Amino acid sequence: MKPAITIHDLSKKYTLQQGTPYVALRDVISNGFKNAFSKNEKRSQFWALKDINLEVGPGERIGIIGANGAGKSTLLKIISRITPPSSGKIILNGRVASLLEVGTGFHPELTGRENIYLNGSILGLTKKEIDKKFDEIIDFSGVESFIDTPMKHFSTGMQLRLAFSVAAHLEPEILLIDEVLAVGDMEFQKKCMGKMEEISTQSGRTILFVSHNLASIGSLCNKAILLEEGKIVLADSAKRVIEQYTSDIADSSPEIYKAYKDQKLPLFFSKIYFADNNNKQKNIFNLDEEIILNFELDNNGWNSICTIGFAINDQFGKRLLRDEKEVDCRNLSGTIKGKIIVPKGMLTPHVYFIDLSILNKNIEVIQILKGFMKFEILISNTKYEFINYDYGVINKGCTWFI
Amino acid sequence: MAENQIIIEPHSRLSLRFRELWQYRELFYFFTWRDIKVKYKQTYLGIIWALIQPLSLMLLFTFVFSKNLNFSSSPLRYEIFVLSGLILWNLFYSSVSMASESMLQHAAIIKKVFFPRLIIPVSSILAALFDFIIALIAFLIFSIVYNVFPGWTAFYSFPFAILLILVSAFGTGVFLSALNIKYRDFRYVVPFVLQFLFFATQVVYPLNKIEPDWLRYSMALNPVNGAVELFRYAYTGQFESAIVIISAASALFITFIGLLYFRKSEAYFADLS
Repeated sequence: MKPAITIHDLSKKYTLQQGTPYVALRDVISNGFKNAFSKNEKRSQFWALKDINLEVGPGERIGIIGANGAGKSTLLKIISRITPPSSGKIILNGRVASLLEVGTGFHPELTGRENIYLNGSILGLTKKEIDKKFDEIIDFSGVESFIDTPMKHFSTGMQLRLAFSVAAHLEPEILLIDEVLAVGDMEFQKKCMGKMEEISTQSGRTILFVSHNLASIGSLCNKAILLEEGKIVLADSAKRVIEQYTSDIADSSPEIYKAYKDQKLPLFFSKIYFADNNNKQKNIFNLDEEIILNFELDNNGWNSICTIGFAINDQFGKRLLRDEKEVDCRNLSGTIKGKIIVPKGMLTPHVYFIDLSILNKNIEVIQILKGFMKFEILISNTKYEFINYDYGVINKGCTWFI
Repeated sequence: MAENQIIIEPHSRLSLRFRELWQYRELFYFFTWRDIKVKYKQTYLGIIWALIQPLSLMLLFTFVFSKNLNFSSSPLRYEIFVLSGLILWNLFYSSVSMASESMLQHAAIIKKVFFPRLIIPVSSILAALFDFIIALIAFLIFSIVYNVFPGWTAFYSFPFAILLILVSAFGTGVFLSALNIKYRDFRYVVPFVLQFLFFATQVVYPLNKIEPDWLRYSMALNPVNGAVELFRYAYTGQFESAIVIISAASALFITFIGLLYFRKSEAYFADLS
């Protein structure tokens, strides 16, 4: 069988310009005068993708993983022919459709029915194909009672459902998906996810899937590639690549706080780090792990009671929690070791920052460290897999009676 | 299977890629249909809008020019003379202005979905053609009311005149639409130039009154002049072939340049818009 996608030495270069990519005629004219008299300044170039080689067999489902700016979306844009490569070649066997953005071309003045035809034909369906799938599309979207109402009277949610419905009923051999699951309400997202899996597993089409949600890549894809600064650093099974990626993130931020040598305070934090149950130092935790903050205090002659304050803030600096503990330092000289255990499953997946302080018995500050360290809780539970959804920070359900 | 193979390369050689356009032929229809539908859904008077503007201008020009300036538009009645020029000019004007704005209006789609970009300006010209056909029917009725009938030559002079307008509007429109994406302030120049061009078109005056010859021939570089000449031929039975030939050559040249520029820059539209 011929491979579905073959990529040879693909590179994409962007020329960085100040301001917008388009220009005003007035600037061209005035720059023309300027450049005639001065040396042409070099514009900086940036490789969004560099020497990508990849072969994807028919029916393979490839997850594309990487940090922001690693080139994930650029790769999908080139494969979907929205932007051309700077060098290299791609051979695609089969029709390509992308779900880069759903609802493209919807017009508010047209009815739902008319928009299905318009949107479908923009995505490359023929009228005949749309006719054939029309009922299925409306069924799936669940907006049949509004289908002859102008789109402007649809709620955003309804528009998204209709848009996804159209896109989901494309039948290309190669499907490109970029974070589309982050739309609509929970129930509809589940439905989308189910449809995705159905499309990908049952009808055996080739899928390229870009997402920040490692859990859904893990469940949807059998293979994955890891992109870093426009290069493929790893192509392997999805599980293997996800492991590599998460350990990469963890390795890149093994934050340990260490005090300056010439610290002159009578009592201060000399070492602080996060660790898990097995005392393995790390800053990234799963939802069901205890987060343990280990600290060491150096006592340079503090002979009294002190209070250690601990707080967790969100990324905007909003305080979420504060706790404190009184410590009698009179019999403790040299290094005082301690640990703070944040109960497992208390916080939802986010990045959190901490404050630590030491106060005397008159509640005067001896030392304060604000927002100086962070820890992250990973999306690993299916409960929190929709990244654009605001789950808040407290990982706790309520008791319901209906 | 082979027919479904797509090869993506950096700089594909300059070709019109008709096969691709043919594959997406339904999109021409859907974009045109949407433009027409949306336009008339938003107005109460609907189709009448396509008629009010040329009719009111015709009345104005008749009032101002036919009595006071004494253009001898003979052998055609001045009202018919002006109106025939106006509807053709309007076809050119609205095609060019709609096409040149079209790429910017579709920037959101261009960034997200692939399809042959040429469909966008062409569809907006087709939507303008729809308005024209309504105006043309109204014009024919109007002229019959005035007891003016076109000759048999209308069977070829009308289609050729319209074709000449469409070809030149296509060339100008695609050129401007590509320029508009790259140079954002170009759009302010377009209405001004079109305004100027209107007075260089034989709408309110007959071109054959222009002397000397070299001036008349250089005015024929404006393809609308040739088209109007051809169109009125069905009524007057007289036309200057040099004017039509110059206009046709000019239209083809404009289209060649416009298409060349559009094709050269279309690959980068998504990065620019």
